[in-house]
Amino acid sequence: MLDDLFSTMRQSIIDGAPDMASTLAQQAVASGIAPIDAINRGYVPGMHEVGEQFAKGQMFLPDMMASAEAMRAAMAVLDPELKKLGEERPMAGTVVLGTTKGDIHEIGKILVGTLLSAHGFRVHDLGVDVAGDKFAAKALELNADIVGVSALLTTTMRNQKGVIEALEKAGLRSQVKVMVGGAPVTRRWAEEIGADGYAKDAISAVELARELMQKKSPAVLAQT
Amino acid sequence: MRPKFELLDNSLIERILAEAFQLIDDPGVRVAPYVVDLLRGAGVSVTDGVAHVPEALARRLLDLVPREFYLFSRSGEPAIRYGGDNVHFDPGSSCLNILDSETQQARPAMAADLVRLIQVAEMLPQFQAQSTAMVCNDVPQEIGDWYRLLLVLWYSEKPVVTGAFSASSLHTLIELLAIESGGREALREHPRAIFDVCPSPPLNWSEFASQNLVDLARAGVPAEIVSMPLAGATAPVTLAGSVVQHAAECISGIVIHQLAQPGAPIVWGGAPAIFDMRSGKTPMGAIETAMLDVACAQVGKYLGLPTHAYMVAGDGRVIDAQVEMESGMSAVLGALAGINMISGAGMLDFLSCHSIEKLVIDAEAIASAQRLIEGIEPRGDSLAIGMFAQVGLHGDFLKLKETRALFRKEQHFPSAVIDRGLPDMSGEASGILQRVRQRVEELLSSYQRHPLHAEREKEMIAFAQREGRIAGLEGLPEVLRLEYAHEPELM
Repeated sequence: MLDDLFSTMRQSIIDGAPDMASTLAQQAVASGIAPIDAINRGYVPGMHEVGEQFAKGQMFLPDMMASAEAMRAAMAVLDPELKKLGEERPMAGTVVLGTTKGDIHEIGKILVGTLLSAHGFRVHDLGVDVAGDKFAAKALELNADIVGVSALLTTTMRNQKGVIEALEKAGLRSQVKVMVGGAPVTRRWAEEIGADGYAKDAISAVELARELMQKKSPAVLAQT
Repeated sequence: MRPKFELLDNSLIERILAEAFQLIDDPGVRVAPYVVDLLRGAGVSVTDGVAHVPEALARRLLDLVPREFYLFSRSGEPAIRYGGDNVHFDPGSSCLNILDSETQQARPAMAADLVRLIQVAEMLPQFQAQSTAMVCNDVPQEIGDWYRLLLVLWYSEKPVVTGAFSASSLHTLIELLAIESGGREALREHPRAIFDVCPSPPLNWSEFASQNLVDLARAGVPAEIVSMPLAGATAPVTLAGSVVQHAAECISGIVIHQLAQPGAPIVWGGAPAIFDMRSGKTPMGAIETAMLDVACAQVGKYLGLPTHAYMVAGDGRVIDAQVEMESGMSAVLGALAGINMISGAGMLDFLSCHSIEKLVIDAEAIASAQRLIEGIEPRGDSLAIGMFAQVGLHGDFLKLKETRALFRKEQHFPSAVIDRGLPDMSGEASGILQRVRQRVEELLSSYQRHPLHAEREKEMIAFAQREGRIAGLEGLPEVLRLEYAHEPELM
């Protein structure tokens, strides 16, 4: 019976059905099912399935966005329940994302955020036109593992360096890995400004984030 | 008959325009503070940075746009006619990387690469215009826009498709062009360059873009709107929906531009693309991207406006069958659509990389497309009967005087890049890369730089040294040798 419920939860994520995901989460809470079980045995396997199907080319970005939306709907119900119990969901890492100062493009960044969420990262998206000190403040507040900085224009790309400088100024650089991306960004540029990694697209950004987490704390990643 | 390719019937164009006019009114268009007073002065309501443009005003301003205008060569001759079904091609622009000629691997582009590309494009008649094709990585970024224009003006006599990197640097570029033209008025009368100006999708004229529109209009230098809806990401997923957004962005840009200077030249242009739902990339070589280009241009033509599109680019990372298939197909479609300026040749890897070798192969595709749009002409009193009367059923047409007189008009002869079965010097079949490398070397060795007017050349150098020094530029790469950089008296 319980397995059926978990299976339906999993399917609500694969189907990208936020209303269904939310309803099932409410049912689970009402039935006294441990929120962490609903997450780990119901919804997370759904996201894993979505990730696998995406990698195989059987699911597409709009499907992925819908699945992430369904995941958010479920977590909106379950997160407060976890807190009541004093529990926390194990995450692959915490990422602060944003588009650099002077740049209003965000489609690439949104994709990165969605895929990272789908792969178990806690993502905080600061939006567009974000100054370096805002990245640093949010990284400090969330005790972030990774800061991801996007830029679409050659003119705003150099502000990625400003984010690294802001992290240094805030004394956070040794704790936070920095990954950069965006159309004009290259591996060479990433090296030049002292970023920890460069990803050419959203899919490789997930791989990069995992690698950075491994470098940061191999033991933690091994547990997730 | 001039062959033509169209994707939209008039009733669909009317629907597209009706929705575009509705969009610019509601939800409206995000605009920068720089143009708020200009818009309000014309009765446009602007609330929280969003302009609500009434259709009647937009239509009045669209009527003011010149239906045709020229870009001029360095010598002041009209060289490019925007308007009607005239078709011209120029290399793609603003690329950060180049496919190294030797290794065929992408690497950051340098000033020397841009110069090679300019020289090759100068020798190819398929390119009626040059572009500021690359961002030179050995030049400080803050002066990158005017420096690449300097290189084009230095090495080319053709018109130029260019653009500024910021609101303020536009004035530096215009100053440089004015020096080359012999003053601001001369530039206004005989503009050599056109500036791409890009709205941010959806429906956002940023500070940089708004200001460029206004300042170009007032300087009398032609502007080319490059609207970039990405179908499914920053624009509706349907091709028709993205064409609506493109139209709304172009119309709202024209409203700003024509309010700044009624009658100033502007082009209905763009670089629309689909958004690949697997990779998140924007494939320029996809057939749907070419369909968007053709449809967007068709809407502009329906309004009687000069047109532009971004085509002849492929998405593979090396010169291969995919890249050339994509580039060749879109060259043909762009030409058949009668688009006035088709930018993009030479580019690959989702517009992130330029290749001189690809530019030369693309020139062959363009030449074929240009032959195609010449169409099939009846020549002589009869089509075939007259010739049959001479040779009868022997069929020996090769010896006819008509054959000799007409074959050059009927047939286009590609360069040795295209394998037409001619005997090779070595007697061995050579690959496309080998043939194109040889062609590049031939073009470069036949290139000869024609100096500018002596006084203007001197003035340009002084200008570049002054502006370059502010940005910490050592020397003038590819213009003057480093050792002369700080010795202006040698000029």
